[in-house]
Amino acid sequence: MAEDTAHLRLYALTGGRTRPARALGLVSRVRATPGLAPSTVDRLGPESAQVLELCGREPCSVAEIAGRLGIPVQVTKILLSDLLDAHVLVPALPPREADGSDPLLLEAALEGLRSL
Amino acid sequence: MKAFEASDDIPLTALKIVIAGGFGVGKTTMVATVSEIEPLTTEEILTTASAATDSLAGVENKTTTTVSMDFGRITLWRQQLQLLLFGTPGQDRFWFMWDDLALGSIGAVVLADTRRLDDCFSAVEFFEDRGVPFVVAVNEFDTAHRYTAEEVQAAIELNPDVPVIMFDARAPYSTQQVLIRLVEYALTLSLRSSPESEPVLAPPTPTSPTTTFDGNPHRAL
Repeated sequence: MAEDTAHLRLYALTGGRTRPARALGLVSRVRATPGLAPSTVDRLGPESAQVLELCGREPCSVAEIAGRLGIPVQVTKILLSDLLDAHVLVPALPPREADGSDPLLLEAALEGLRSL
Repeated sequence: MKAFEASDDIPLTALKIVIAGGFGVGKTTMVATVSEIEPLTTEEILTTASAATDSLAGVENKTTTTVSMDFGRITLWRQQLQLLLFGTPGQDRFWFMWDDLALGSIGAVVLADTRRLDDCFSAVEFFEDRGVPFVVAVNEFDTAHRYTAEEVQAAIELNPDVPVIMFDARAPYSTQQVLIRLVEYALTLSLRSSPESEPVLAPPTPTSPTTTFDGNPHRAL
């Protein structure tokens, strides 16, 4: 029963869509658009409001938002994609996903991990 | 506009690290040990009838499975990096998910339990096939017989280059060393391959006959 309700809620969020309009990866990060009008915020659904709360102070990754909202990653991507289109969210810098085989990034990661 | 005033606006580059391995081998524990936030469970819905996914017809007949991943993060503020850790289920049927995870990642830690070494074979094979850097980390359970790294390496038939580390997933220092080994190894591989892929400044120095040295079958790559 609870599962059926959960599925309905997900369906309502996506309108039956299975893919986000924007290319978002698991580690893509978004943040709330600075200076959002209160009227815009008031119009948001409960999940969108939660997203806004999560990334209002600092950018948050798709994976983390999905985990905190307790909704599947793919559904989260669709929701975030809509919020980006509505200018409620903006992509956090840097906008492109990093290449984990970049030696400079790896050296920096090593330095950081060693000094933890 | 003071867009770059707040510290929130420091651009952090996010990098993925995959934690793979069989069921109950310590993935969740490892993520929890190193993560700076309470580890989260991130879910992905799988639909088995993939070809018909976009069609609404027959929705009721489709089987969906929910796969959970453990998620945690480590922010390296000075380096402006954020390492995102994903603990993933080890079964073969989730491989397509690993593809997504592995793409653009630093690499993977394959967790192994010496009582059930077979459980890590599919993960090892997956990352080997795709050329994703990985290390094997043997989680030393109290009840398990202790093996040496060499014994484990031989049992999994690993390429001798692949680091095998004995560790304790509950111990922060131990777990941190595993991540360091992975990044070191990924860096070594990346430096090894880059002169070929990007001949940037100088042309390669004239090669000596050693390049055709055929004495070592392990270097046949």
